[in-house]
Amino acid sequence: MKLFEYEAKTILAKYKIPIPKGGLATAASQAREMAATLTPPYAIKAQVQVAGRGRAGGILFADSPKEAEVVANRILGMEIKGVKVRSVLVEEKINVKKELYFGIAADRSSQRYVAIASSAGGMDIEEVSVTTPEKITKYFIDPILAFHIYNARNLAKSLGYVGSQMQDLANIFFQLYRAAMDYDAELMETNPLVETSEGKFVPADARLIIDDNALFRHTDYEERLASESESELSPQEAKAQKADLAYVKLDGDIGIIGNGAGLVMATLDAIQLYGGRPANFMDAGGGASPEQMAAALDIVLSDSNVSAVFINILGGITRCDDVASGILEAKRRAGFAKPIVIRLVGTNEEEGRRMLTAEGIHALNSMEEAAEEAVKIAKAKRG
Amino acid sequence: MGIIVDGSTKAVVQGITGTQGRFHTRLMLESGTKIVAGTSPGKGGTEVEGVPVYDTVEEALRDHKANASIIFIPAPFAAEAALEAIEAGLKTVVIITEHVPVKDSIQVMAAARSYDATIIGPNTPGIITPDMCKLGIMPAHIFKKGTVGIASRSGTLTYEIAAGLTALRLGQSTCLGLGGDPIVGLSFVDALKMFAEDMQTRAVALIGEIGGNAEELAAEYIHEVNYPKPVVAFVAGRTAPPDKRMGHAGAIIMGKTGTAKSKIEAFQAVGVGVADRPRDVAELLAVRFLKKENL
Repeated sequence: MKLFEYEAKTILAKYKIPIPKGGLATAASQAREMAATLTPPYAIKAQVQVAGRGRAGGILFADSPKEAEVVANRILGMEIKGVKVRSVLVEEKINVKKELYFGIAADRSSQRYVAIASSAGGMDIEEVSVTTPEKITKYFIDPILAFHIYNARNLAKSLGYVGSQMQDLANIFFQLYRAAMDYDAELMETNPLVETSEGKFVPADARLIIDDNALFRHTDYEERLASESESELSPQEAKAQKADLAYVKLDGDIGIIGNGAGLVMATLDAIQLYGGRPANFMDAGGGASPEQMAAALDIVLSDSNVSAVFINILGGITRCDDVASGILEAKRRAGFAKPIVIRLVGTNEEEGRRMLTAEGIHALNSMEEAAEEAVKIAKAKRG
Repeated sequence: MGIIVDGSTKAVVQGITGTQGRFHTRLMLESGTKIVAGTSPGKGGTEVEGVPVYDTVEEALRDHKANASIIFIPAPFAAEAALEAIEAGLKTVVIITEHVPVKDSIQVMAAARSYDATIIGPNTPGIITPDMCKLGIMPAHIFKKGTVGIASRSGTLTYEIAAGLTALRLGQSTCLGLGGDPIVGLSFVDALKMFAEDMQTRAVALIGEIGGNAEELAAEYIHEVNYPKPVVAFVAGRTAPPDKRMGHAGAIIMGKTGTAKSKIEAFQAVGVGVADRPRDVAELLAVRFLKKENL
């Protein structure tokens, strides 16, 4: 779950990390009132969870509360990469001497968290990592030893700081690590982490993505995610989320349902290979219940772009008889207005097939044959 | 023969009284796996499918000799269950559970390294050495004893490809589900090392998918050591929309790896045959590398 910049900064403040003075505004007049309590000049920043908002004009500056209102008005209601801006963060502008980078993320191959620091922060950090990798220090954190203040000092020194500046920076790194661990961060990042002209360090931006699988430990956010996403999602996506199904809308006309992300991806690939275009990715998951299967079918069938549906099930933890009852349940509820191609093999496949055959539904054996069949039907319907 | 599990494997099922634990204990027993005990805190003293149930792993090991565990415990408690198995001295721990937090998995892997235990998963279908031992949830009838070693990041896609192999009478030595999570116990490189030393294995199939760089690292390893056995691969996700990026840190760690294209090209560059469709894995193996009469 991605947090907004202002939320991430509120968390940083709890860890005594110095953040720019400021606050959130959802209306232009509110931005002016907020600015009046701060020292000019101001930075007005769109609160959206997409990268590259600076380049898209989502960060502007102002010298007076009145100008802050004008600028906030321009940003609020703006769309950045298709996302509507609903709030802005009004902050005191920082005097930048140098832009640094600091981030913490899980590294797959070392099975550790890695702390990344660079003296070449800012918008081009990814470019830096390719062209001048020596400007980036990575420290792989031993999970048994954890990350301590001395590790943070080593990182601060690697960026060329000494004396009290080294101590200040190390302390920020260390507190960022603590926050990242406490909040189960999939990613904790501050870019730029600014060295001010006064020689202080201030995170000008902050990103925190909480591991969705750990949300049970962060129930406030779990509840917010549920309520928030309901308003942002398409009807199909909202239904899928409720039924605990992984659904992604695509732009083709063949609805796809499968079990297991790898198999569903391979199914999309196969449809494409035979010249068809998948309308969606729908993973009913390992151990899909009849209810989930029925919900998956309802969702895919309700997409008006779908002209045919391909159900590709290979049962392991998923039981074919459960899949069959789900399919029959969906049929009983709404009937099938669109042609459906079913491939069903694996655990309890005899029982599953028997149930479908009894209702006049024929299930195929081979995934490739079934994919080809689905493409043929969709093409015929397109005319 | 085969890798990690064989006829000498004796397992404890953690979470044996839940729906999945109960169902798959029965199926594992039916496929000939030695399940010596189960655990379920508060249900010690009962039985599931004739298997005695204990409150803790330590207690189970007082009455039974075991060397492995398979975990069917909900995500919030799965890592703890794995630590319990590791501390009790079990050397192979299969974590079937999906949605385990990354922070928990990192801790489990660190513990496994210091206790010299092998973790399979989380979010894995498990491991099967056909006719010997199945510690997992895969339908056993799809598999057949033979000479192809399979390592996979996917669940159901593995069954798909294994079934294709079996249909062409290409049996398997061991089929290992690495797990679909970012942090898992074993990598393709680990699997390749073990298959290289296994006498029964004559060829290896790697089943990858988009995300991470495990496939690219495997290709690098195959090239570096001049891998002694033929390898074929399938990579799922050619048509997937570009993977959601994980901030700058993701890009800094992974560079340009992670796409199906990057993985397929990495494999092809080192002579690994890459299949276009799942069923082509079997055909590639049969045509390019194995003479049927020698199987």
